[in-house]
Amino acid sequence: MKITPEGVQHIAALANLRLSATDIERYTQDLEEILSYVDQLNELDTSGVEPMAQVLHEGNAAQLRTDERGRSFDQQTALQSAPLPGEGHFKVPRVIER
Amino acid sequence: MDDFKQLTVDLIQAGLRAKRFSARELAQEALRVAEAGNPSSGVYLGLTPERALAAACRVDAELAAGEEIGPLAGVPLAVKDVIMTRGEKTTCASRALEHFVAPYDATAVERVERAGAVIVGKTNCDEFAMGSSNENSAFFPVRNPAAPDRVPGGSSGGSAAAVAGGYTPISLGSDTGGSIRQPASFCGAVGIMPTYGRVSRYGLVAFASSLDHIGPFSRTVKDSALLLGTVAGPDPLDSTAASAPVPDYAGELDAQVRGLKIGIPKEYYGEGLENAVGAKVQAGVDLLRGLGCEPVEISLPHTPYAIASYYLICTAEASSNLARYDGVRYSRRSESSGTLRDMYRNSRAEAFGPEVTRRIILGTYVLSSGYYDAYYRKAQEVRALIARDFAEAFEAVDAIVTPVSPFPAFKLGEKTSDPLQMYLSDIYTITGSLAGIAGMSVPCGNTPEGLPVGLQILTNHFQEQTMLNLGHAFEQAGGFEG
Repeated sequence: MKITPEGVQHIAALANLRLSATDIERYTQDLEEILSYVDQLNELDTSGVEPMAQVLHEGNAAQLRTDERGRSFDQQTALQSAPLPGEGHFKVPRVIER
Repeated sequence: MDDFKQLTVDLIQAGLRAKRFSARELAQEALRVAEAGNPSSGVYLGLTPERALAAACRVDAELAAGEEIGPLAGVPLAVKDVIMTRGEKTTCASRALEHFVAPYDATAVERVERAGAVIVGKTNCDEFAMGSSNENSAFFPVRNPAAPDRVPGGSSGGSAAAVAGGYTPISLGSDTGGSIRQPASFCGAVGIMPTYGRVSRYGLVAFASSLDHIGPFSRTVKDSALLLGTVAGPDPLDSTAASAPVPDYAGELDAQVRGLKIGIPKEYYGEGLENAVGAKVQAGVDLLRGLGCEPVEISLPHTPYAIASYYLICTAEASSNLARYDGVRYSRRSESSGTLRDMYRNSRAEAFGPEVTRRIILGTYVLSSGYYDAYYRKAQEVRALIARDFAEAFEAVDAIVTPVSPFPAFKLGEKTSDPLQMYLSDIYTITGSLAGIAGMSVPCGNTPEGLPVGLQILTNHFQEQTMLNLGHAFEQAGGFEG
């Protein structure tokens, strides 16, 4: 699998990460190396194998709790680590033009 | 006071009851040792003195009133900084959460404090628990207590070094692909990855949700048994916390190990295993044979594919878990946040170090349209094959014994330039993580250079008691403790 700098740029945009030109070069190389390593999985015939999508085991499945109103945070606690709180809200750059 | 650096839970409780020291004095000593040692060791990212002294005073008050004290009463404990401690910073060793104060306690934290433990501080680790050497901490590295020019392992390097380096007798860490067992082996501590679901993950900052575990470190197997027993069990706040009853691990520790069948998987003793480590582990297997266990050669044929499967699954899960660090609610926001999109992109770029960024990119790639089946689904199918290997092996054996790592602690900086080489160091621990079974590292002596080596004991789902009994018998017979 050939990884291009444009491809990495696209992935970074999907992940909302701004990368410098040096970063893009570096991650292009890293990604290519890692993906060529993981290609060995294709040596295995996995037809008919159910993907292991969860780890919990029969008989030990957790019990769902009853759907009741429980403890929660007050506004002050919820905002205590906010980078820019204001008027009881999280403030963000304007997204709608007046 | 007894030698602080050698204390165990039993010694502390005996000392408290005999009034040789108070819980307050013990907490003060733990804080003093931390302040004195941390500039050179890098074990802690932050101390929690008020919380520690308040907890210690509660224990002293209970003792003075003649009340029953908890099983961990007065015991100083360090908590990996990916586990939430209400009112205290919980940074995940990341710039993203440098100023984040946890709004609630993890269930494990609540349970250790209810048992009387005294939380002294938050330990250093790889950023968001991603790494095998602790060198990915955004703040500073941790040094191995056995050899200060070497890494303590990772990602729970601070929690391992806290126990082995004389800071606290017990600590909590997290293990996703070996992040408890590998640093335990590098530092010479006992460390346990419990069965997936055995310990609630509520309050553990998510890295790879199908692989994350909270688990104990200690100086003796008995103390890990006690700590595991304290934090294990169902939790309405974590729907993956299993309902299986929690045995009295510490109480049943002396059960007979004679006659247990020990699987020796040939794939774990071949190419790549350093001789100095192999020799110690082989001696460990011989010791178990001497205790009446029966070693049986087995095969876990899909072992060579584990790292590829693991790094696809864990990065995919990480890329979605770390999407929450958007610079809006609690993580770092960039000064350059003119538009919403710029705010997201710049904040995340400034927040994450290179390894975390690399994993988000890889994870986003393998989940992206057109690649999902080729990578993510394929990795999950291979994960099923690896789990099946273990299921078949455990039909014939009670436990599996292997090295924890192919080599002992390496030098700081030695492997940082090659991410793939760093990933390959987790070859013996990642398989058990993928299968969701239980595993521990128990010290099995040192290399001729004086570097600690760990023996890995793996048991089937919820068979921690057998694992602990073997570890305990091994430790008692080998004289490796302390």
